[in-house]
Amino acid sequence: MQPAVEFRKICKAFGAVQANLDVSFSIAKGSIHGVIGENGAGKSTLMSILYGYYQADSGQVLIDGKPRQIRNSHAAIEMGIGMVHQHFMLVDNMTVLDNVMLGSEGSFWLKANRTTVEAKLREICERYRLDVDPLAVIEELSVGAQQRVEILKQIYRSANILILDEPTAVLTAQETASLFDILRLFKEQGKTIILITHKLGEIMEITDEVTVMRGGRVVGAVHTDATSKEELANMMVGRPIESELPRAAFNPGAPVLQVEGLQLTDKSGVRLLADIDLTLRAGEIVAIAGVSGNGQSQLLEILSGMRVPSAGKVSLLGKLLPFGKRREADGLPAVFRDLGIGHVPEDRLRDGVIKDFTVMENTVFGYQDRSEVKGKGGLFDFKAIAARCAHLLQAFDVRPNNPNLRIGLLSGGNQQKVVIAREVSAKPKLMLVGQPTRGVDIGTIESIHTQLLRMRDEGVAILLVSVELEEVRALADRIVVMSGGRITGELNIEEFDTTRIGLLMGGMHK
Amino acid sequence: MMKTTELPRWATAIAMPLFNLLTALLVAALVIRLLGESPVESLKILIEGSVLRLDNLGYTLFYATTFIFTGLSVSIAMKAGLFNIGSEGQMYIGGLGLTIAMLTLDSRLPALLLIPIAILCSALFGALWAFVPGYLQAKRGSHVVVTTIMFNFIAADLMNHAIVQYLIPAGSQNTASREFAEAGALPRLSQWITDLNDAPLNIAFLIAVAALVIYGVVLWRSPWGYKLRATGLNASAAHYAGVSISTMIIVAMLISGALAGLGAVNSIMGSTHYLSLNFPAGAGFIGIAVALMGRQHPVGIFLSSVLFGALIQGAGELSFQKPAIPVETLVFIQGLIILFCGAMEHLYGPALLKLFNAGKK
Repeated sequence: MQPAVEFRKICKAFGAVQANLDVSFSIAKGSIHGVIGENGAGKSTLMSILYGYYQADSGQVLIDGKPRQIRNSHAAIEMGIGMVHQHFMLVDNMTVLDNVMLGSEGSFWLKANRTTVEAKLREICERYRLDVDPLAVIEELSVGAQQRVEILKQIYRSANILILDEPTAVLTAQETASLFDILRLFKEQGKTIILITHKLGEIMEITDEVTVMRGGRVVGAVHTDATSKEELANMMVGRPIESELPRAAFNPGAPVLQVEGLQLTDKSGVRLLADIDLTLRAGEIVAIAGVSGNGQSQLLEILSGMRVPSAGKVSLLGKLLPFGKRREADGLPAVFRDLGIGHVPEDRLRDGVIKDFTVMENTVFGYQDRSEVKGKGGLFDFKAIAARCAHLLQAFDVRPNNPNLRIGLLSGGNQQKVVIAREVSAKPKLMLVGQPTRGVDIGTIESIHTQLLRMRDEGVAILLVSVELEEVRALADRIVVMSGGRITGELNIEEFDTTRIGLLMGGMHK
Repeated sequence: MMKTTELPRWATAIAMPLFNLLTALLVAALVIRLLGESPVESLKILIEGSVLRLDNLGYTLFYATTFIFTGLSVSIAMKAGLFNIGSEGQMYIGGLGLTIAMLTLDSRLPALLLIPIAILCSALFGALWAFVPGYLQAKRGSHVVVTTIMFNFIAADLMNHAIVQYLIPAGSQNTASREFAEAGALPRLSQWITDLNDAPLNIAFLIAVAALVIYGVVLWRSPWGYKLRATGLNASAAHYAGVSISTMIIVAMLISGALAGLGAVNSIMGSTHYLSLNFPAGAGFIGIAVALMGRQHPVGIFLSSVLFGALIQGAGELSFQKPAIPVETLVFIQGLIILFCGAMEHLYGPALLKLFNAGKK
């Protein structure tokens, strides 16, 4: 049978960077094909060529056996290629129906068309079990449902080849499972799916074949049945990955953080956190597991001073944290930082860095008022800052090693390395870490984990919030599970049990 | 990052504004041609009339001085993420502060005391006028664009009332305060550079240049300026970094208003020596164009201020020598420059980028 898509010797360079080099492989019709690789391996470039965003410098793309020129995404759509982007392309305050019709309105008179399109959408939803109401407004839908709208849009435009770019990065475990059910159904109907991801578990679970990319080239193409996570990981990174990182024996010291009866109610009276009691000792990593949106983010925000709790006591090394009678957290994070609380925020682009500042400027972010960065007359001592920055970039292997680059130009993994380097170098007593490896490739994950374990071995108390159970398992000494703003259970790492944690995450009590 | 999606700094900072400026002048030339005059000759008059003779340059720099202050005013707010449309009103009220100081003290104090006090008063009044919008933005979330526009209107009416009711000397028909005493006049630079003749260029120019330097140092070399820029680029991250956002907004607006207030010092104490109705004459709005064109950079603010100063001076000369070209041509050319250098500043970006990428291959 003809492959649905075939790449022949695709080359694409951007300036001096060779993003794709002699990429050749084919994707069988009616299969789920995984494309994996670290950030910057060339997956996205290749998919952009397939979707018509970029033109290859040389090489051919064959659709259903015929060489095709894909000039723009409009042409791609006409050839039956659809793409679901990592960041959804939806208008938030419009209905599902309007979003689907956007760009393919059909005629000048919307109204006449609407009813027919609506009927067609309902039929598609039925057939693919998409469970989306065409008349719902986008901003009222969950992230998983919004993604289903994107898929719906592609099916409506009669896509036969569906590209999904990191589709599960934003989904909960349950949503991921139902997405995969939809994809299987898609496959049964003879459609072809290209799945870009760096989660190996998903590749093993759902794909038929996998293509591994590294440095712009294809470094492996295997049948999923005939490979293993370890083999794929090694191919991706180009060297064996340590599955278990070295760590000192568990030997916790005195309590560092004590939380008693913490409550948080938002302005509209919704309880975000209820009765949180938590103790963290020196030299231990406590991981908070849970589906995102169950109060973990708010807990981190309170402990870092970015938000004021409604009630409860929080003490650091036996001293109450100075929430006092404050109602606004304005300026409080600086106070907490001075008390020895480091914070790697969950959303690094929103909170952790300033995209338009240079790497060097970002290495003092949050510590801009410390005496070690100041020289004469209260102005910055750029010599000291540059020296400190050079040291950090070296020690944390930030690439490219260029302090004057805007940090927005670095890959997500390298941005995260800068954040972690900055927070680690401040030598905190308590380190708050939120989703430290979100959107970060495997090689970098390893180095971030190593860094965090080293801190733990040096006696820092670390509170980790992660939605990745793999990560919790790799790092934690103790696991606290949260659901609906409460702590629903606590277990030691020896008792790690996915099913039990899953139940606790779902709100089942101890 | 794979593709060069960004132009090098020299291109965005120098080449692009220059192309934009040339385009604006080209369109202006076209219109002058339609008016039946020679564009080349007109350009010659424009340039000669604004920069080539020392006394004309003196006028240009005198106008530029006011624009440096209002440009700085808009720039510092912009760097903090606030679009202060109200520099016009703040300058106007700054003029009131200065005038009150003058009218009460100019007969009693020597110049050495009087001038600094008057300068302080104009900055103080400008700052206070900006405080209310700043406070409302910081504490109540009222958008500063809306409130500052409103405050321009309030300032205009307030000044109308103040001048007509209280400040016009008895028996005078002119809607202006009385003239200040000699001690209140800022020393003109023509005292030292005699070729400036009667150009009103005065020491406010030197204060403006000093303000530019201080602005540059504070914004890019001090922790406080770092926090201000962080707030402007990403308030959420600035909060994470420990910046008190509401305090930052209020302080930035206070400084912005103070700088706009200083604009009044140049035009009143440097030239007219009395407060007259509607004396800012749009200088606050030109400050917006200056800040946008100069990309809130001290050198950029200086150059674009001089450009707008030269336009006013040169266009005056032009309509004087070429009666077919009306005085309003100035507003027209100003509009074109704002259009091409402000609103359409990225006009040549894609083409330059293509050229740049092609050149690299």
